Amino acid sequence: MQTVTRETLLDKASALLASGEVSRVLGWKKGEFAYDVTPAVFESAEEMEKDFVYDIFSGANFSKYLIKETAKEGKVLVFLKPCDSYSFNQLLTEHRFDREKVYAIGIPCDGMMDASTVKALAPEGLVSAERDGDNLVIHTLYDGDKILPYADNLPDRCRHCKSKKVVAYDEMLGENGDVVDSHRFDEVAELEAMSEDARFAFWQNELSRCIRCNACRDVCPACTCEKCVFDNPKSGVENKAISDSYEEKMFHIIRAFHVAGRCTDCGECSRVCPQNIPLHLLNRKFIYDIDRNYGDYMAGAEEGSRAPLVNYKTEDPEAADVLERGDK
Amino acid sequence: MMKKCPVSALNTVLTALSGVAPLYLPVNGKGKDTRAKYTKYEDGMIYSTALNTVRSAKDFFFPQTENLVNFKVDGKNIEIIDPREEHEDFILFGVRACDYKSFDVLDRVFLSEPVDSYYASRRAHGIVFTMACTRPAETCFCTTFGIDPSEPQGDVSCYMTETDVYFDAKTEKGEVVLAKLGDLLADCEESTVNEQKELISSRMKALPLSSLSTEAFGGDKLDKLFDDPRWESLSESCLACGTCTYVCPTCQCYDIKDFDTGHGVCRFRCWDSCMYSEFTKMSAGQPRLTQMQRFRQRFMHKLVYYPANNDGLFSCVGCGRCLASCPISMNIVKVMKTLSEEAEDNGSK
Repeated sequence: MQTVTRETLLDKASALLASGEVSRVLGWKKGEFAYDVTPAVFESAEEMEKDFVYDIFSGANFSKYLIKETAKEGKVLVFLKPCDSYSFNQLLTEHRFDREKVYAIGIPCDGMMDASTVKALAPEGLVSAERDGDNLVIHTLYDGDKILPYADNLPDRCRHCKSKKVVAYDEMLGENGDVVDSHRFDEVAELEAMSEDARFAFWQNELSRCIRCNACRDVCPACTCEKCVFDNPKSGVENKAISDSYEEKMFHIIRAFHVAGRCTDCGECSRVCPQNIPLHLLNRKFIYDIDRNYGDYMAGAEEGSRAPLVNYKTEDPEAADVLERGDK
Repeated sequence: MMKKCPVSALNTVLTALSGVAPLYLPVNGKGKDTRAKYTKYEDGMIYSTALNTVRSAKDFFFPQTENLVNFKVDGKNIEIIDPREEHEDFILFGVRACDYKSFDVLDRVFLSEPVDSYYASRRAHGIVFTMACTRPAETCFCTTFGIDPSEPQGDVSCYMTETDVYFDAKTEKGEVVLAKLGDLLADCEESTVNEQKELISSRMKALPLSSLSTEAFGGDKLDKLFDDPRWESLSESCLACGTCTYVCPTCQCYDIKDFDTGHGVCRFRCWDSCMYSEFTKMSAGQPRLTQMQRFRQRFMHKLVYYPANNDGLFSCVGCGRCLASCPISMNIVKVMKTLSEEAEDNGSK
C-alpha cells in the first residue's frame, strides 16, 4: 500500500513553498486520462492544488530534470522514489547539478504502473485505472471492469525492483525500505543460456523495431553529455537513418557500453520506448557482468563511489580468467 | 453494390487478395511487443482488429529511409545510378479513417509541384482497404478534424461485425480488386451496415475527447498564438526525443544525406524531427535555438502553418498515437486545450 498520499505531499510542498525554503516543485501533473501524467514544475500551492497528482502513474524519474532546474534561481523541491534516488546520487557523483539548490523528499514505493503496461492489459478503450488494495482495477469502454493482482502486473522494472530504499534525501516521508532481491538478473541469465543464434535472433527481433526516436537516450539519467555524439554532424557517426533493419544494434549497444557502470537500472529506457523494446536488459547484462567480475556494485547507492570500471585494483580478474569461466 | 463474407472466411479472402497483389495488414507482434503492426500477409496470418497499428500507414508511401540516388566513382568518371525499383501494386488492408486522411495531408506536400516522384509512385501503386472503427479508443479525436470513422474512405471501405465483414468499393481500383475475388464475396444491401455506422457514431460522441475544438486554431491565428507565454510551461518537461514525430501519420519532415561508400556516394532520405537540436541546421546555425521553439514549431505547423497553406486543413488526424506514446505524456490535445483556455480567459477568440 502507498503509505504516502497525494495530500501528504501536497501539504509538505505547500509548507515549503510558503516558508520560502523552496521556490519551485518538480511534480506530476494530471492529464486527460488516468495514465498520462506529465512531469511539471509547480510554482505555487494553488497550482499544485489544481493539477498535482500522486498515484500509481507517478513513475517518471525526476532526477535528470534537476540539471536544468538547478541552473535556475532558488531551490527546487523534488520527490524521490527509491530508484530515482540512485539516479540522483549518480548525477551528484558526476557533478551534474548543485546539491545545495535541491530539497529532496524521499518517498517509499512499491511499484508504479505506466501507460504502455496498462494499455497492454486493456488495449481497447481504457477509461481509467486505479489501485484498490492488492488489486489493479481497470475501467474499460467496452469490456467493463478488469480486476487484476497489482504486483503481478507491474512493468518489468518494478516486478524486478532492485531496492525499496531511498538512498538520498533531506527528509523521508513514510517508512524507508531495504535493498531487495527480486531476481532482476533472471532474464539476463536466460538470455545467456540461449545458443548464440537464438540470442542473436532475440535481439534482432527486438532491436529491429527501433525507430531511432532517441527517447531512451533523452530520458536516461546516465546520458547527460551536453552534446551527444549521435547528434553531432561532425562526429561522422550522426545517424538519423537506419541503413538496415538491424543497424540499430550498434546504437543501442554503444549506448549500453557508454552507461555501463553508471546505469542505476531505473528502467526509464524501457518505459519510454514507443516500440516496447526491453532496452534495460542490455544494461542489466552489463551490471550482471560487473558484479561477477568485480564484486557487487550498484551505481548510485552511495554518492561519490568509484565504479569498478574506473577503479583499478590488483585483484581485478584478468581477461583470461573471464574467458575460462565461459561467460556469455 | 456492397459485398460481404463471414468472418470465418476472412482468411480465404485475404489469401485471394494476396494473390492479386502483395498484401499488408495489421498483425499482432511477436516477442516483447505484441501490439499490431503492418505485416506482409502469409497464409494463416490473423488480421488484428486492434484499433491502431504502432506505426502509422504512412510508412508505405513515405518510408523512414530510402535511397534516392547512388554515385559510383571510377577514376575521373562518376556514374549516376537510380536505385529505384519498379514499384508493383500492393494492397494495404485495415487502414483506419484517420490514417487514410493522413494520406491527403501528405499528398498536399509531396504531390504539389515539384512532385516527389518517389512518393507519387508508391501512392499510384497502393490500393487501400479501410476499416471502420467499431471500438474507438479513449485517445481518439478524429472527429475534431472532421473525419468520420463510420464512413472511412479509401479504394474499398470495410466494416466488421461479430459475424461478417463488409466490403464497399469506393473507387474504380477498388471495384477491380473486389471483382477479382469473385464468389468469395456475396452481394448485400448497403443498408446492412447502417446499424454498424450508427453504433460507431454514438460511440464517438461518448468518447472523452469528443468535444475537443479547433476553434482557437487555423491559418489566421499566427500572431495570436506564436508569442503565447504558455508554450514555456507546455514544453518545459519535453525530452526533445522524436517519438511524437515518428509515430505521427502526418509528420513529413525529412533530411537528405550523403553516405560515403568508399567508392562513391549513397544519397538517402530519412525522416527527421523538428524536436531534434540539429533539425534544419544550416551554415548559420539552427533557426530554433531552444526546445520551447522546437516544440512550438511542431504544433504551430499542425494547427496554424499547414492550414494557412492548405485551405484550412489541419495536419493532425486525431489518431491518438502521440497520446499513447509520448514519454512525458505531453501531446497535441493538451496543447490545444491549454491554448484554447487562454483564448477564453482573454475574452477573445
